Amino acid sequence: MGRVDTPKSGAPIGCPSGLQTREVAELDPMGGALDLSPYVTRSDNEGSTLELIVQGAHCAGCLAKIERAVTALVGVKTARMNLSTLRLRVVWDGDQTSANDIVKALSDNGFGAAPYSVDASEQKAQDELKYLLRAIAVAGFAAMNVMLLSIAVWSGGADMGEGTHSLFHWISALIALPTVAYAGRPFFRSAFAALAQRRTNMDVPISLALVLACGLSLYETVHNNLDTYFDAAVMLLFLLLIGRYLDARLRQRTGAAARRLAAMQVTSATRILPDGSIETVPAASIKPGDTLLIPAGQRLPVDGIIARGTSDFDMHIATGESQPQCYGPGDPVYSGTINLTAPLTITASAALSDSFLSEITELVELGEQSKSRFVKIADRAARAYVPVVHTLALLTFVGWLLVGADLRVASLNAIAVLIITCPCALGLAVPAVQIVAAGRLFKNGVLIRSGDALERLAKTKSVIFDKTGTLTQGRPILTNTDDIAPDALALAAALARQSNHPVSRALHGMQTDLEVTDITEIPGQGLRGTFAGDVVRFGSAKFLGLDSGDARAGTVWLQKGTEAPVAFAFVDALRPDAADVVAALQADGLRVDLLSGDVKSVAETTAKTLGIEHWYGQVSPRQKMNVLYQREAEGRYPLMVGDGINDAPALAAANSSASLASAADVAMSASDIILQGDRLSGLPMAIKTARAARSRVIENLGLAITYNMIAIPLAVFGFVNPLIAALAMSGSSLLVTLNALRMAR
Amino acid sequence: MEALLWLIPIAIAMGAFGLGGFFWSMRHGQFEDTDGDASRIFMDDTDSPIVDDSMKSDSIKKDARD
Repeated sequence: MGRVDTPKSGAPIGCPSGLQTREVAELDPMGGALDLSPYVTRSDNEGSTLELIVQGAHCAGCLAKIERAVTALVGVKTARMNLSTLRLRVVWDGDQTSANDIVKALSDNGFGAAPYSVDASEQKAQDELKYLLRAIAVAGFAAMNVMLLSIAVWSGGADMGEGTHSLFHWISALIALPTVAYAGRPFFRSAFAALAQRRTNMDVPISLALVLACGLSLYETVHNNLDTYFDAAVMLLFLLLIGRYLDARLRQRTGAAARRLAAMQVTSATRILPDGSIETVPAASIKPGDTLLIPAGQRLPVDGIIARGTSDFDMHIATGESQPQCYGPGDPVYSGTINLTAPLTITASAALSDSFLSEITELVELGEQSKSRFVKIADRAARAYVPVVHTLALLTFVGWLLVGADLRVASLNAIAVLIITCPCALGLAVPAVQIVAAGRLFKNGVLIRSGDALERLAKTKSVIFDKTGTLTQGRPILTNTDDIAPDALALAAALARQSNHPVSRALHGMQTDLEVTDITEIPGQGLRGTFAGDVVRFGSAKFLGLDSGDARAGTVWLQKGTEAPVAFAFVDALRPDAADVVAALQADGLRVDLLSGDVKSVAETTAKTLGIEHWYGQVSPRQKMNVLYQREAEGRYPLMVGDGINDAPALAAANSSASLASAADVAMSASDIILQGDRLSGLPMAIKTARAARSRVIENLGLAITYNMIAIPLAVFGFVNPLIAALAMSGSSLLVTLNALRMAR
Repeated sequence: MEALLWLIPIAIAMGAFGLGGFFWSMRHGQFEDTDGDASRIFMDDTDSPIVDDSMKSDSIKKDARD
């Protein structure tokens, strides 16, 4: 982690179009050091194959650069970059090049890479998309051809001969019936599943309408009658499938994007076998009791207990503390934390019932249960729609029979009621808006994981922020550069060059050509070296032997020989947009809280800097949930924003939640929204979009209801014929979709 | 009306051909990477193709994306 890349002279690093905003070195999880052999598949005729997720690829220029760089390696047969999934597939001759050479070629050009293994759920999502696409193609083909014939029938009218009329109906039947059987499967399956559980959803009336329309039309065709509704049925299918496909595609894209972010976190570990040899294994195959070697700078893949070595750990992802903690043999250490100073041997531990991570998992499950009780607007509409419409159809049927009409006319009108109410408008009203809103947010770097996340977000009246890693960048910066003499700065930078400690990394950017020798890093204390004959020390006040009166949180001291010590004030850098975002949210009338696992003094300073009135420090995960429940009880529908493992329970339990792209895996999967590029500015925009989406949804439902109120009487009283049905259906769908697109600006 | 006996099957056959073509292109992975395909037209590739020519003669299963 934190490998500093020096760019090749002249060539720009990364995206040639300049679309990459963050240093890829920050994103590169492997630093070229990890072993990829578990991910390479070998075959006799193809050679070695590897799939990598590539970070930093945005445009055609990146594509060209990546493929060119990899194919330039000896023995590489194909290198194909997929810009939609950001995956690179390389096939090469394993003897001539190694997987690590490929990764190095990528990172030399400014692109980070992580190994990718096909996820079962992602495969399923992809298959579902392909299946829907095929269904759309078939439905589209059928709709066009049946419409061809129907228009002829409608315009021909009385002039058309009976034989021709009947022929056209039969051909329409031959096209439409197999189509409905093939392309209607998604709806039939969903309807059956709901009915089997004695519930209804929107797919039940849709399936019913399709089946009845086809059945009725077939009957009419066989008896050489005038009106068939094949075109209405197939067009209904076509339009609804499009809506379903777009919805599934958006969910698949956000799911894939979230999974890519998780994949960039550590995936391999070095295991020491009982006979002393070492092997590299994927993190998923680590078992409790395994002995692992953790070099300095690497993130811990699992929980464990230190067997040998002492080192500093960056804890912020687990507990929110901004100051690294020092642990030695026998101390428990947590997955996700970063080993900073010295290599360690740890024993992977089982998830004990009282271990930190298992407590978190328990709390997360608890939180998710409360969220699942939320009923989506679409389902609520379906619950109202289904009984009303079916009752009306039944009443129509009975009514016509009572008036003396025969069975055929009565059923014609009853089915007309079912068809004309067009689950089209209702089935599209909500998804159309959510797709447009989510798509717009996706373009702005905000991933929304489900449609109902948008609905819940719209109700937000208060925001709760975690501090470390969310409002702050999780790394310190030097604040008093002006007070420090340049040669002291240069000396400190020279000492810090090889160290991974966050404080040292803050100094890496500084140029220095001073020769400091015998550099040693003492975990928990500081750095020591020799310069021009003097012993130089850079570390905590205690390390330098200064009295505790000079000890201030975040201050590091440099002392050369016996000269006066120089103070370096480090502060956890706030994210550049944090202050603006807090101000924007407060201006919007939302109450903002700060909850931090860090020490109270630091939490207070941060709160004051950002203008947040309500802050809490040293908060445990359970306490975070309690504050959350309190806000919910006050009716404020809180939005929880966090990134660490300790935030995951609150993220799962909150009415709506957001996390950053750099968050812990557990936090990302527990939250509704992921902010790509760690841009907090996505939050006010997301809330605004969610509220706009809510208005559009209500408008659309209103339009659908109005349309139904006009159309149902027409159907009940027998004024509907296939032409009117087709026009009404397409008209209402178009209206609802156009209204949804109003959001796109 | 004899014209109809020709026209209708032709129209449907054309449609079916289009449908078949769509399925074929789906099977060949032409819809796997719409963003990438859109970007590739901007690439200034005047050098050799991606596939190593010396492997073409072997009986490898053709890479579906080619």
